[in-house]
Formats: sequence, structure tokens, C-alpha cells
Amino acid sequence: MNIFEHTLLIGLGSLGAGFLGALTGLGGGIVITPLLTILFGVDIRYAIGASLVSVIATSSGAAAAYVKEGFTNIRIGMFLEIATTAGAVVGASVASRLPASTISVIFGIVLLFSAYASTRPAPKTSSDGGANRLAGRLKLDSTYPTLQGIQRYHVRGVPAGFSLMFVAGTLSGLLGIGSGALKVIAMDQAMRIPFKVSTTTSNFMIGVTAAASAGIYLQRGYIDPGLAMPVMLGVALGALLGARVLARTRTALLRVVFGIVVAVLAFEMIYHGITGRL
Amino acid sequence: MSQSSAAWTDQRVEIIVASLLRAGVLLAAAVVALGGIIFLVRHGRAMPQYAKFVGEPFELRTVSGIIRGTASFHGRNIIQLGLLLLIATPVARVAFSVIAFALERDRLYVVITLIVLAVLLFSLAGGHV
Repeated sequence: MNIFEHTLLIGLGSLGAGFLGALTGLGGGIVITPLLTILFGVDIRYAIGASLVSVIATSSGAAAAYVKEGFTNIRIGMFLEIATTAGAVVGASVASRLPASTISVIFGIVLLFSAYASTRPAPKTSSDGGANRLAGRLKLDSTYPTLQGIQRYHVRGVPAGFSLMFVAGTLSGLLGIGSGALKVIAMDQAMRIPFKVSTTTSNFMIGVTAAASAGIYLQRGYIDPGLAMPVMLGVALGALLGARVLARTRTALLRVVFGIVVAVLAFEMIYHGITGRL
Repeated sequence: MSQSSAAWTDQRVEIIVASLLRAGVLLAAAVVALGGIIFLVRHGRAMPQYAKFVGEPFELRTVSGIIRGTASFHGRNIIQLGLLLLIATPVARVAFSVIAFALERDRLYVVITLIVLAVLLFSLAGGHV
């Protein structure tokens, strides 16, 4: 297989990953690294570099659509980005000191967790616990549009959410993923932010978090242009197409199918990591 | 300023910034695609070597190296320039937010956003001070 065929196949695989990632809300970036390492035999460091680049493309590309809906809370996003970007720098720095096999096992575990999180139904709007002093001082409380009109919400659990965001950022930097699932859990569960606000604000944060580790990966020589090119173009195009058909698709079954695919990939990553076949 | 009017201003600024972001991604994708075509035309018949990690050469690893290398018109250099543009889009978004919060006279968030921007620039400098 020469470079041309290799590029074409990776591009098609990335297109599929971006498409399914957008439809299921899991993000395409998370399956790129297993796809490249298991199917194409790419070194995990190059795979992570290419995946990270595709994460930035999908997050930034989708931002316009999300912001217009009026759900994104810029202040929550910006405040929590202190934690995610700091975590991303730590994660990217740790990544270069860990052996590829260890990274593969951690990747598999995070993948399993994401597959599980994605198959759970979206929780009902969290109960509003009333005003919280720290959240008030940080001006995190805001409003969002619902079927019943504009509704206020109060944020709580700021220290817990901030800490979880640091973990999400570290995993993002370590594994070259968006960590969307963990970001949503931090906001939705720990901080009691309405689900719609959590998911769109998470998307807003993913691009910035990924950029924080991408700089370090670039300098370390992990981002190979020949590999990142088909991945970035494929995932971005796939995500765009996925967002187009999203409105007319029943995603419940698709989420389960994609969840199973992700789980299989996760076990492969763990197995490959333990047996050292990477 | 009431909470609702502040949120409205935030949203308007964000819509503008989000559109700029999308333009940045499209520009980056176009540059990557151009570099990709040049790369494939010149090296498409060679064998891919990604199974073993060797790392990228200096001119494909640093901001200054990539920008300088673009003049050589190598496919890989142009792709890398596109990727650099892509990495720069979220950084630009944060920089815009600093200005937006300053216009709203929100001192707390100017500081918060500057911290995020500092971390991003630190990373782009390669994690060295």
C-alpha cells in the first residue's frame, strides 16, 4: 500500500468516524486513535497527534451553530478553561514520559467509560438548588431558552466541577481526545448546569483545551502532516455531514451500535497495550 | 447592567467570534488540502512509514520553522502551516474574548481570560518559558 492509497483509506475512515461522532454526540476524535493504531498499525504518538488536530477542527467548526441557539455560557466555559488548559499542558507533558503501552491501556479504559456514558439517556433537567455564593461571585448563573420561555439557572459545586475539569483536561492532553463526556458530567452532575447548556459549553471548551496540548505535541514532533491531513479533512467533513442529517435521524439505535464499536476498540487497545503489540 | 442584557451582549459577541472561528477552520482546511495535493502528487507512490515513531524534523515542529519552510513550497510544510492556522483559531477566540470582556468592563473575566490565554501561548511556545 503506497502513501496515496494509505491516505485515501485513512481519509475515508476518518470521514466515517466524524460522521458517526457527530450523530451520536460522542465526537469523532475518540475513535481516530484506535482506528489508526489497530487498523493501520500507526505508532500511537502519531495517532494521538492527528486525533488532537481533528478535535480542534470539529469543535471550532461546530461552535457557530451552538452559540446561535443561546445555550452556551461563555463565563462558565472561560472560567473552567483555566482548569482544562492547565490539565492539558500537564497531560501532554506526562504523555512524553509514559511508554506507549501504558498510554494504550489508559486510552482503552477512558474509551470504555465514554462508551458507557454515551449510552445513558440524557438526564432530566437538574433540580435548581438556588443561589450559591462562589458561583455568584464568579457570575456563572445565567439563563437559557426552554419551551416555557427563558429560564434562569443557578450553578453550584464550583470546586468539584473545577477539579473534574482539570482531570478532563489532563486526559485530553494525555490521549489527544476532546474529553467531552467527562466535561459534560462535571457540569451536569457536579455543577447542576442544565444538560443543554452543559453539552454546548463543553463543545466550546473542547477546541481551546485541545489547542493547549496541540502546541506541545507539535513541538515534540508528534503531528505528522502526511497523517494529520487525511484525518483532519475526513473528520471535519464527516462531522459537517453528520450535523446536517442529525435532525432527521433516530439516534437511539445508532448510539448503541456506536457504543458497542467503541467498547470493542477499547478492549483491543487494552489488550494491545498489555501484550505490548503496538 | 442587568443580567439579561449582559447575557445578550455576550451572545452577540460570541456569534461574531464563532463565525470568525468557522472561517478560520475553513481557511485552515483549504491550506491543508492544498498542501495535501502537492504532497500526494510528489510522494503518493512512496511507502508510508508511520509504524515507528521518529518524530518530525525541526522545520515541521516549531512555529518559526513552519512559517519559514512555507516558502520552499513543500507539501508537508504547507499542510503543517494549515494545521498551525487551525491550532491558532481557538487561541484567537480566547484573545477576542479578552477584548470583549474589557469592553463590558468585566475586570474579573478579563483576568480569567488572560490566564487561559497565557497557558495557550505557553503551550505554543513548546512548554518552555
